[in-house]
Amino acid sequence: MTSTLRPPPPAPPRAPAEAARPAPRSPRRRRSWRQALRRDWQLYSLAIVPLLFFLIFRYLPMIGNIIAFRRFKPGGSIFGEYWVGLRYFRMFFNDPTFWEVFTNTLVLGTLTLLFCFPLPIVLALLLNEVRARRFKRFVQSVSYLPHFLSIVIVAAMVMQLTSIGGAANQLVQLFGGDPVAFLQQPGWFRTIYVSSEVWQTVGWGTILYLAALTTIDQDLYEAARIDGASRLRQTWHVTLPGIRPTMMTLLILNIGSFMAVGFEKILLLYNPLTYPTADVISTYLFRMGFQSSNFSYAAAIGLFEAVIGLILVLTANLISRRTVGTSLW
Amino acid sequence: MTLGTKSEAPKTRGPVDSRGYRIFRVVNTIVLIGVVIVTLFPFLNIVARSLSEEAYIIAGKVTIVPRGFDLTAYKLLMSDAMFWTNYRNTVVYTVVATLISIVLTTCYAYVLSKPQLKGRGFLVGVALFTMFFSGGLIPNYVLVTSLGMKNTIWAVVIPNAISVFNLLVMKAFFESLPTELEEAAAVDGLNTYGILLRIVLPLSKAIIATMVLFYAVSFWNSWFTAFLYMDQQDLLPVTVYLRNLIAGATSAESAAADADKVQAAATLQAVTIVLTTLPILAVYPFVQRYFVSGVMLGAVKG
Repeated sequence: MTSTLRPPPPAPPRAPAEAARPAPRSPRRRRSWRQALRRDWQLYSLAIVPLLFFLIFRYLPMIGNIIAFRRFKPGGSIFGEYWVGLRYFRMFFNDPTFWEVFTNTLVLGTLTLLFCFPLPIVLALLLNEVRARRFKRFVQSVSYLPHFLSIVIVAAMVMQLTSIGGAANQLVQLFGGDPVAFLQQPGWFRTIYVSSEVWQTVGWGTILYLAALTTIDQDLYEAARIDGASRLRQTWHVTLPGIRPTMMTLLILNIGSFMAVGFEKILLLYNPLTYPTADVISTYLFRMGFQSSNFSYAAAIGLFEAVIGLILVLTANLISRRTVGTSLW
Repeated sequence: MTLGTKSEAPKTRGPVDSRGYRIFRVVNTIVLIGVVIVTLFPFLNIVARSLSEEAYIIAGKVTIVPRGFDLTAYKLLMSDAMFWTNYRNTVVYTVVATLISIVLTTCYAYVLSKPQLKGRGFLVGVALFTMFFSGGLIPNYVLVTSLGMKNTIWAVVIPNAISVFNLLVMKAFFESLPTELEEAAAVDGLNTYGILLRIVLPLSKAIIATMVLFYAVSFWNSWFTAFLYMDQQDLLPVTVYLRNLIAGATSAESAAADADKVQAAATLQAVTIVLTTLPILAVYPFVQRYFVSGVMLGAVKG
């Protein structure tokens, strides 16, 4: 139990010559750990179950990734049967479908970042200019609403809206077009995906920015005005720098989830007809794992995806810390 | 919309608005009204469709006003036993999962909020790292199945018990509590458990409410874990019921066929959406501000 909290196992017994003159640091450290445990054991005990949770359900699967390097048989050992080295990685590097889904992931990830990151900032700035309190609160309440819906409901709504008799087609027909089966056409998938993503996340995304906006010192606006800055320049020179730390934090987090583009939503919305634009790494992985029962291959893809995600976050964080001094940790 | 006149009282931003700024404000108001309309439209559209006759829907005649008012689909869904079983499952899963999550998150967050605790950095790191790197779908699946959790509530409840984001929000809250109270309680002879239960938790009702809401909504909305780990229909939550409905393979569909009311497919979907969303929409006005303050707390930096 508490042993997980201790530093590496107690130092091995030292040679008698050394024991006479103990190394200055290690015994003190050990003793202070013992003291900490004696004093705070009740506190540590509260952490045991949550720690077990993390170890079993978060870290064990990380280790479980070694099945990407081993042959796995369904029902067999969770770590697979025998080593196959990089076989599965070579397999997907030679797999044309993999490159197609890789490209789709990049495209959808970029589009999502391009729209879902800046739009909340714009909306927050617009909301910030509203002086009628009630109107502001009303707009906010409405814009948060979609955030609370299940992905399944959003997907179902999208299907209803884009169906042949749906609202989107009513609009098309209003302009004299013929009804389009939007969800059957690869050309429309990206638009549908990104706009539904915006619809669901934009309002929620404003919360942090609005909070950040309230912390900006009003004297700065005063000073800017005295210097003759127009509203636009005030926004540019005072407001935007004021919310920059928030912007950077959210940007880094967005970049971190870049690879994991809306897996659940795509899984609900796509179909074989739209695979050319809709199929992404995680959905391909899902099919490989659960429809073709190729667990090791799917695990290799998943590991690759997770590592890229990790590298992206670390890089973004590093760049951000070097350039603007904001960092996640 | 009365706002044009109402907001004329300038308070913080200087006495005179330039002409350009006045124009901007009008445009701004229009844009924001547009945002409201775009956000609400899908909801109104679904409600209208759920109340309309299928024929009008197929003809593309339903926008936000129901056409050919018809409650058949509601009746049909109400009489589908599987729908109610799944609905009840959702309630049970949400309650159990939220309870477990709250207990675990509170315990860990409380430990993390003690700055002088030795090894705290390590404990924070253990949680934080999982935000950026995860085992992935396949190893998780293999783990959960080999633990024998398939087709049990535990597959839904346990592997998602702690959300690191919520953990950080709660930690930030505990850190903001005055330490004097706890010190005084310790002097009076309360041990750590006593302090947590009798001093800290009563002071933390607001944050616990927020956490309950966060967790409850996410469990209410989740579908994928159940979809992955449950293959018996009577164990599914209502979200998977809806998923199967839109994927075109489920009980209400066959119920519709049985009842010789095959035409009801689109309406049926709309009704299911309405009934599944209803609880969220019903509590939303009341819980909304808690969510907002909760997110802001999290923003204080973990």
